[in-house]
Amino acid sequence: MAPLLSVRDLVTVFESKTRPVQAVDSVSFEIREGEVFGLVGESGCGKSATCRSILRLFAGAPARITGGTIEFAGRDLTCLSEAEMTRVRGREIAMVFQDPMTSLNPTMRVGDQIAEGLIRHESIGRRAARLEAIELLKQVGVPSAEQRLDSWPHEFSGGMRQRVLIAIALACRPKLLIADEPTTALDVTIQDQILKLILRLREQYGMSVLLVTHDLGVVAQTCDRVATMYAGRIVETAETPSLFARPLHPYTIALLNSLPGGKKRSEPLQPIGGAPPNLADPPPGCRFHPRCSIAVEACRSTAPALLPVDAPHRVACLRRGAEPS
Amino acid sequence: MPASTDTPLLEVRGLSKTFAQRRSLSHIVMSQAPHPLQAVRNVTLTLAPGETLGLVGESGCGKSTLGRCIAGFHEPTEGTVFLRGEKVSGDGYDRQRLSRELQMIFQDPYSSLNPRLTVAQALEEPIRVHGLRRGRGEIADRVDELMSTVGLPPGLKSQLPHAFSGGQRQRISIARALALEPDVIIADEPVSALDVSIQAQILNLFEDLRSRLGLTYLFIAHDLNVVRHISQRIAVMYLGEIVEIADADQLFEDPQHPYTRALLSALPQPDPTRRTEAVSLEGEPPDPSSPPSGCAFNVRCPLAHDACRAQAQELRWRGDHGARCIEAFKRD
Repeated sequence: MAPLLSVRDLVTVFESKTRPVQAVDSVSFEIREGEVFGLVGESGCGKSATCRSILRLFAGAPARITGGTIEFAGRDLTCLSEAEMTRVRGREIAMVFQDPMTSLNPTMRVGDQIAEGLIRHESIGRRAARLEAIELLKQVGVPSAEQRLDSWPHEFSGGMRQRVLIAIALACRPKLLIADEPTTALDVTIQDQILKLILRLREQYGMSVLLVTHDLGVVAQTCDRVATMYAGRIVETAETPSLFARPLHPYTIALLNSLPGGKKRSEPLQPIGGAPPNLADPPPGCRFHPRCSIAVEACRSTAPALLPVDAPHRVACLRRGAEPS
Repeated sequence: MPASTDTPLLEVRGLSKTFAQRRSLSHIVMSQAPHPLQAVRNVTLTLAPGETLGLVGESGCGKSTLGRCIAGFHEPTEGTVFLRGEKVSGDGYDRQRLSRELQMIFQDPYSSLNPRLTVAQALEEPIRVHGLRRGRGEIADRVDELMSTVGLPPGLKSQLPHAFSGGQRQRISIARALALEPDVIIADEPVSALDVSIQAQILNLFEDLRSRLGLTYLFIAHDLNVVRHISQRIAVMYLGEIVEIADADQLFEDPQHPYTRALLSALPQPDPTRRTEAVSLEGEPPDPSSPPSGCAFNVRCPLAHDACRAQAQELRWRGDHGARCIEAFKRD
């Protein structure tokens, strides 16, 4: 079966005063129907830029897609006009953003914000949209949904606002939900509630989810497959159990090693030395080589391709298979 | 509270902090007085010299307010803070001496440094104000020494904060806190704004400074894995109260309070073979201006019964392990 979403060699460039920044550099991945796919990496690695490229939503930033294709349900989204994209957004692909405190319109009642998309995309009447909105609020676990429909966003807690945002995203039964750090601003018990909600709704609606996160724990608990990003590129992709059981890229290994909690308290953590590169002036060759413990001369000049090691497990490393020193 | 063999370096006794709330329109219409917000309720704890006490809890549980009360940024409504047995809260204590001995480090390395002061200026200021070194040369030497201590090249000292990354800025904040050679550091979410790879560097720095300089930390954070790594003991806060306090490993291996157990099971473990299906804790923390009667956790607690709703619970102890729950230490 053809995947629902297939991103091929995507390149997204942000213009800046000095030199253009290639935030997404030849990124390729697929999301199958009903699958939760994780995109994991640290700040500035290009994971959000990848999501925003799919929906072509750059929030006014001077960004454009300069290469590659984004095939979604049989169409290349990069070829669609702005008007056609408007029909895709919200209806076929919906997005939930990180910050529930600023993503809702503070001057509009919550119910109207949920109904808005239904009225626009599904051409149903106000009253039917309102009933649907109540149903959606119940689905996402907002208590006393009938009353809460007429509340204002400021009357909701962070966790409840994120539930409302998920209700808005689900309103038109999208085939793909893009969730960009949906729980980063939330407390751990509320994060747990929201992640389990997303998993339950995936089952119920049969949608696919692209989950962007910096938290490897969240990936392990929710994703079927995962890709690690570093400095604008995907460096490793695998089924989740395989990535955690046998991480292959030195960056993935280093990320896992730098997590506190796994080892004995008396042992120091193993941080990754240095800092991620400036994307306006990335290092040549493998972008991780300046921080890599097993880099060799060739890593400085040759950018490694993402190659399969073990069927679906692929890694972009010239030294794949080498033991970390 | 069980007796401790060491004299505590820092002692907090019965500390409460209440904030008056502004009258809103509905209060005026209904001619009601707004409920005061009880951010911290009757907290007692001690820090032994050289130990790290982790303080965890979700947003709004009062952990930052408690830290700020101890550091003297807020005046406690009730209770007292003692440093080496001497009172350092309320009236008539030496504020300047407290800041010599106790320093605070904040979460956001972007807003906690003055953007118009170079690193050298930011580090010199406390040294000058407290007269710890005299003369330009001596002060400059001390600045270089502080920068090396936190792993920054002294050559960067004439740079402004914007030239540094988040991790480096947090190093500058740590250097500034160390400038007065304090004994106690209160660190309020010092690594939560940092990426994991940088977070590990800063956690190692904290650990290294503790063993080299003999520092004592009150380490406030919401991330249990971070707190477990850095702390010898951990206190869990819920709705302004300490609900459990124990040795770090013991808290993780044998949690007694249902809230601690929920926090631990909600923590997403980086291990896909250990997935949990059930939601660990339903609902959200209640409004601290109208806490539920009885045990503050009873409305969300899976074990709650009538006694929990009727009566507030005291901390129950087994050795150094305390838990504010009627069911604590019953299963053995």
